[in-house]
Amino acid sequence: MDKTTQLVAQVEHAIATGQPLSIRGNGTKAHLGRTTSGLTSLDLSEHTGIVSYQPVELVMTARAGTRLDEIIAHLDEHNQMLPCESPLFGGAATIGGTLASNVSGPARPWGGSIRDLVLGTQLINGQGERLRFGGQVMKNVAGYDVSRLQAGALGTLGVITEVSFKVLPKPEATTYLGLALTAEDAVILMSQLAGTSAPISGACWYAGQLHMRLSGAEAAVTQTMAQWQRDYTMTEENGSQFWRSLREQNLLLGADPLWRFSVRSSAMLPHDADSVIDWCGSQRWLRGEYELETLSLIAQEAGGSIAKWQGGDRQAEVFSQPNAVLKHLQREVKHALDPHGIFNPGRLYGWM
Amino acid sequence: MQDARSALRRELAAAFADFIDPEYVIADRETQKPYECDGLSMYCEMPLLVVLPETLAQVQQVMTLCHQQGVPVIARGAGTGLCAGAMPHPDGVVLSLAKFNRILAIDPLARTARIEPGVRNLAISEAAAQHGLYYGPDPSSQIACSIGGNVAENSGGVHCLKYGLTVHNVLSVQLVTVSGELVTLGSEGLDSSGLDLMALINGSEGLLGVVTEVTVRLLPMPEKAQVVLAGFPTVQAAGDAVGAVIAAGIIPAGLEMMDHHAIVAAEAFAQAGYPLDAQALLLCELDGTAAEVDQYIAAVAEIFTAQGASSIRVSQSETERAALWKGRKSAFPAVGRISPDYYCMDGTIPRSQLAYVLTQMQQMSQTFGLRVANVFHAGDGNLHPLILFDANKPGEFARTEAFGARILALCVEVGGCITGEHGVGLEKIRQMAVQFNDAEIAQLHRLKSAFDPHGTLNPGKGIPVLGRCQEYRALAKGETS
Repeated sequence: MDKTTQLVAQVEHAIATGQPLSIRGNGTKAHLGRTTSGLTSLDLSEHTGIVSYQPVELVMTARAGTRLDEIIAHLDEHNQMLPCESPLFGGAATIGGTLASNVSGPARPWGGSIRDLVLGTQLINGQGERLRFGGQVMKNVAGYDVSRLQAGALGTLGVITEVSFKVLPKPEATTYLGLALTAEDAVILMSQLAGTSAPISGACWYAGQLHMRLSGAEAAVTQTMAQWQRDYTMTEENGSQFWRSLREQNLLLGADPLWRFSVRSSAMLPHDADSVIDWCGSQRWLRGEYELETLSLIAQEAGGSIAKWQGGDRQAEVFSQPNAVLKHLQREVKHALDPHGIFNPGRLYGWM
Repeated sequence: MQDARSALRRELAAAFADFIDPEYVIADRETQKPYECDGLSMYCEMPLLVVLPETLAQVQQVMTLCHQQGVPVIARGAGTGLCAGAMPHPDGVVLSLAKFNRILAIDPLARTARIEPGVRNLAISEAAAQHGLYYGPDPSSQIACSIGGNVAENSGGVHCLKYGLTVHNVLSVQLVTVSGELVTLGSEGLDSSGLDLMALINGSEGLLGVVTEVTVRLLPMPEKAQVVLAGFPTVQAAGDAVGAVIAAGIIPAGLEMMDHHAIVAAEAFAQAGYPLDAQALLLCELDGTAAEVDQYIAAVAEIFTAQGASSIRVSQSETERAALWKGRKSAFPAVGRISPDYYCMDGTIPRSQLAYVLTQMQQMSQTFGLRVANVFHAGDGNLHPLILFDANKPGEFARTEAFGARILALCVEVGGCITGEHGVGLEKIRQMAVQFNDAEIAQLHRLKSAFDPHGTLNPGKGIPVLGRCQEYRALAKGETS
């Protein structure tokens, strides 16, 4: 149901009264970012519906509150998929929230992220204006890419009301392989394999085991599987449950904080029983009590950044902090889109 | 005015020569001449000064000095752009990054390359080849265009549908801000915490900062690549065949279409064996493992036959594959041979609208009295109409531009956009008003100000002045009614 008019009215009210908003879909990613308080909820859970879907154009447009399970059901009918394999969180995850948090699943290094797939958005900016950026075509370089800018901004730059994104055909065949390896050897092997034209769609290490997933043309999958069984003594796995858990980010259970590194894929980081290496090395998960500053330095050494993903003190900062120049630019960009600071203040950084 | 400009030129040149090799501070008109335009030579302007710094510190100093004096800065790569994005400003400094031409590091394990902005697009792939890797985006100017310019225009190429645009392949950039400060955006990870400013920088046409270093992802070279060439009796049949390939779940590495005029011109130039009787031609390339390519080549050939192809040819060797591509890749110069001049447009449309758009375009062609040939990245909907004209005939270029503007308006009308990969620059700045409303344009200006509060980075490009938008819309409306 199209709730844009009501949403604009709520934003206008927020501007008029100076009462900041907390933008919310189905709340499946409420654990991301910092805890905020004193905000009025702007609810998009009823702003739903697939606006258009043209399978042959590989493009779908949906209102922000549309659930991923609904989107996937429509794609299934045409044997297509959302290539970024974003977590479903029980199906309730919405397309708007998925874009705002830029979360992707194990296929991300090959299938891209929602940030890569977004073609256009409709937004309400901090002046209550309804704006459209991008469109429904694959290539569009007119104006700055404001749609892609929303990816990972955690709703701090506007209310995403509609998203157009690229979809792809489902692979013909998928298979899973495994091999017992140390984390160090696994990082090297998965990187080497990713440098070949093998049809890889997942490369992960967890609990002393390398897990590889192959997806693509039947002939290519079969041939690569036979080759890897022979060359690396990999064995076929019944992997669907494992890869589902990995996608849903629930391999590492426990009460301690969950940390996420986004780093150079070949980086060597310390790993233990409470860590997972995903995305062919680019994404590492770690559960335990650590200091943000300590892990931030390790991430920086590995060419990337850290996030305190879930749990722990969330009134404190939860992401790697930018230097003064980058901080200034981010503040200016925030101000350009949300001059009154009414969208999710404090969610991304305490200072923004 | 002229005196004041000359004085400023002398003063700035002296200041730059303090920290830049004086040979690389170009103040005389004759040496400045090659910098007067980019690849769109119909638009030219002489700059105040041209500088070619050799170090990062020099770039920062140039920026700081220009910032203090309010002097416009136009960053320039190889100058192959097609939208006058790098055209100089009469009161501004052209900052050439040509001296920044080193490949700093290739990491074969992480599959990345760290390069300076002046490195040529193709040089990245050449350097990575020893590791079995290459850089994905391949604009047709890839022999000459630089990676810095690719970032500025978010360049594409014939392999976009499968491998993405520049924005999908750049991990990180080092940027010098308008005031001369240095900042790194992105990281070696696939994403970074905080706002994704990389999303804004790709395609920003030098309006937000000067890129001084780029880290890109490299892709594994496919084990095999093969191409199917098919001729079709109608454009509609060729368009339907493209849809049928996608519907079969196949994503080709490249999927190109040419109309009859382009086929005839390309064949005369390249002798690739194109079917001259066809109204449309498709070139469909598959890549991957040998097994995958064999499987899909057979499937695509079958689909094309079922969709009524009048001729089908599958490349049997690398030489034959190269020959078949040669016709397509030389389509622009080939068209150049059948006409004194040509003007290359760059609209994007939903693929389903292709037959309608081409029919409309043929009608416009008659109205404007100008021929048009079409080359189309069919996989991703990016259309390149080539309008043939003669610049020596008075008024013909103006008519060509008007025809081009109508084509772009048509692209927007059917749900597409005014530029798929060439950028807005100065060329399409008026058409921005067709694609965006005033509130959207104002928002883009505020984003520009976030990086460049005084508007000295490549002024007059990319985002139109609001007042002009209303004028243009009124004018365009008057023309069509």
